[in-house]
Amino acid sequence: MSQDTSGELEKAQEREHELEHVLRRTDTNPRAAQRAERQVAIMFGLSMLASIGFVAAYVGISKTASINIPIIGSIGLLNLALGLASGLGLFLIGAGAIHWARQLMSDEEIIDERKSFAADDQTRAQVVEDFQQGAEESGFMKRPLIRRTLLAAMALMPIPAIVLLRDLGPLPETKSRNTLWRSGSRIVQDISYKPIRPEDIPLGGLVASALPADLKAIEEEQGTLNERAKASIILVRMAPDEIRSQQIQDGDYQGILAFSKICTHLGCPIALYQQRTKHLLCPCHQSTFDLADSGNVIFGPAARRLPQLAITVDGQGYLVAKEGFQEPVGPSFWERG
Amino acid sequence: MSTTQRAVATTTTWIDDRIGAGKWLKKNLRKVFPDHWSFMLGEIALYSFILLLLTGVYLTLFFNPSMKEVIYNGSYAPLNGISMTQAYESTLRVSFDVRGGLLVRQIHHWAALLFVASVSVHMLRIFFTGAFRKPRELNWVIGVGLMTLAILEGFAGYSLPDDLLSGTGLRIAQGIVLAIPLVGSYVSSFLFGGEFPGTDFIPRLYSIHILLIPGILLGTLTAHLLLVWYQKHTQFPGPGRTNKNVVGFPLFPVYTAKAGGFFFIVSGIITLMSAMFTINPIWLYGPYVPDQVTAGSQPDWYIGWLDGAVRVIPNWETVIFGHNISWNILLPALIIPGIMFTLLALYPWIEAKATGDKSEHHLLDRPRNAPTRTGLGAMGLSFYILIWISGGNDIIAQAFSWSINSITWTIRVLLIVLPPVVFIITRRICLGLQRRDRDKLIHGRETGIIKRMPSGEYLEVHAPISEASRAKLISARESHYAPLEAGPSHDENGVKAPKKGRLGVKLSNFYFANRVVPPTDEEIAEGQHHAADDLETVRPSGQITSGH
Repeated sequence: MSQDTSGELEKAQEREHELEHVLRRTDTNPRAAQRAERQVAIMFGLSMLASIGFVAAYVGISKTASINIPIIGSIGLLNLALGLASGLGLFLIGAGAIHWARQLMSDEEIIDERKSFAADDQTRAQVVEDFQQGAEESGFMKRPLIRRTLLAAMALMPIPAIVLLRDLGPLPETKSRNTLWRSGSRIVQDISYKPIRPEDIPLGGLVASALPADLKAIEEEQGTLNERAKASIILVRMAPDEIRSQQIQDGDYQGILAFSKICTHLGCPIALYQQRTKHLLCPCHQSTFDLADSGNVIFGPAARRLPQLAITVDGQGYLVAKEGFQEPVGPSFWERG
Repeated sequence: MSTTQRAVATTTTWIDDRIGAGKWLKKNLRKVFPDHWSFMLGEIALYSFILLLLTGVYLTLFFNPSMKEVIYNGSYAPLNGISMTQAYESTLRVSFDVRGGLLVRQIHHWAALLFVASVSVHMLRIFFTGAFRKPRELNWVIGVGLMTLAILEGFAGYSLPDDLLSGTGLRIAQGIVLAIPLVGSYVSSFLFGGEFPGTDFIPRLYSIHILLIPGILLGTLTAHLLLVWYQKHTQFPGPGRTNKNVVGFPLFPVYTAKAGGFFFIVSGIITLMSAMFTINPIWLYGPYVPDQVTAGSQPDWYIGWLDGAVRVIPNWETVIFGHNISWNILLPALIIPGIMFTLLALYPWIEAKATGDKSEHHLLDRPRNAPTRTGLGAMGLSFYILIWISGGNDIIAQAFSWSINSITWTIRVLLIVLPPVVFIITRRICLGLQRRDRDKLIHGRETGIIKRMPSGEYLEVHAPISEASRAKLISARESHYAPLEAGPSHDENGVKAPKKGRLGVKLSNFYFANRVVPPTDEEIAEGQHHAADDLETVRPSGQITSGH
């Protein structure tokens, strides 16, 4: 073995051993220790300043003040200042404590022995014996009448707790089968509640969200959005010869088709209509329906087509429903059929 | 006795006289906690939870969990004059009209995201290092329960503000409830006090979010920590570390300073994030209306995998005798997650069946030393990540202008193909690493020094490994199992052996048929002898034995 190689080998070994136990500078040099002490105190001191800064920002900065930061953009100044101050206040205490622990507290690891949790065999046997004695004394096994009636009583005991939940809500009945749409219900725009004439919808156009005219009054009376959650529809207009099939014969009015807007998968309102393909896509789980072909599902997790609402115009030339929905709208449920 | 000592003595005496804390303190003041970065993951979870409790209490002072419709009139001008529920209105108020309210709301939300994230990564650490083995199986089950609760609690929390995004999430949840066979319509009607959305659900969810689940979480979490304390922490293999001891720093002062300091660091970082990064800007979404939705709706990250599973499943629905069974909803939302969490909770017993090992384990496995477990974990993880990605299929489609249909189909295929491939590759990598470790133990470490022999032959010089490396590598012995042998299929009377035992043997072979046997002391001694001799040619790599 040449002299050269063995020297390098030793050095390599030394390096590895050094890694195992390193004396810190703060252990060997009192000045380094003092410096570490100062650093810890500075962090704690800065934390104090940050806490005071928080109060100053709280009192001094207006709720509406904003600041323009490159990349992030314009953000509320008060939130930023309060957050930076309290965040730094917290962080610096933590950083100080850990610096203190790492630099100044002992870094010698200590050893604890693990003890078995298990009791010795004698104790275990004693436990079994004690239990058996208790069971014997109670007569639980000897007196089946008591045992069985107790078990039966315990089995019935939760029933009141379950029954108590009954009045959380009404029975479902057939509410999920019915919507506000009736024969002659006028179709109105969402928000403005304006009735719609066929000529309001150009060829290829759509009304993304329409409702029955009586919804407004009912919502005000009930104070809930329940009817809206079922009644919402979407109107699209295509050339009559583009309609390949319909759920209801002549359900359209001059190429204007009305479909439930509530996805048959999990009830999201379906919003994304592609005019060229006549496909309607649900933004929640991407079920896709072909409105030119009876609203059938062409992709995605929805299992059922979108229910169609047959429409026509009333005497004043406004779009109305010919009849209510012929099948339940929205997600499946056990009794749906 | 110094003044300080006297003060401490007086205090401890006072306490000891009344509750007898002396013995406990004597035992625990210098209790040893092993140090490793991965042990901090659980700490992050704990500290985020504390932060969630504190900020949550503050938010209850301002939040009004009511679905009564009101007209907004406040500091956020774009929504003035718009009809909304009091829940949404009070969330706007705490965000814009309470100084620091937005900060606390954002801390609450960021802490929730971090809570579930750290719980998940903490669980992966426990899994891949085998910390769930005897005697810690119960704590593993408690942990799985904690994670389930954390996800539910997070969903309940972000559903409360009644903005467009959270309302859409609730609508989906209601659709899932409707799909439950037999009782779905009833459960939905009871939960919502009638039809969706009604006016009852948010106040009810509020009780669940601020009382019921946090109460259970707090209790379970306490049990989780008490068990860690009582059973003492596991440790990674190293010099002087055995299955019978625990090496680390004393509770007082080092661990107190480090863990206490770390609480402030975690809180500080979450607060700084909340200062700079907006999270859940409900004012941009607007109030919930059931006939409106925003495109690209995304739940919080920990719900993404469920949403993804719901997206990727084919549209199976069966109608039998006028009754609908929505497999397209039941499978991804209830059945598959149910199976996943059950398997996760039962895993310690599944593996124990394969090892047949009934002894205690306090030394952690290096993941490579349990190749099948590591492979299974990576397989599960790849499945999870795939369905999580599927939850963002619309975002991906938009970002890369890909067809949503082909993305969905690709993920469907990958879900079946990729996990087994990941399993095989991971296991092979582990076995390869084990072989390298075996070589290192026997021949020492490669020095990079090439020697030319008088014969003209070139050799690489191997150096002995350090004590620390040796202790780490030799720990492979602790994790090594030979596959269980099948007993005779019929006993001496010709009676067939029970099937149960054979199942264990099959499982054991699946786990350990492919394995790298750690070197014996003799093999190591021989190897070192050769290395010292230095003239020996380097031996071919360690032998692989195969059970079958």
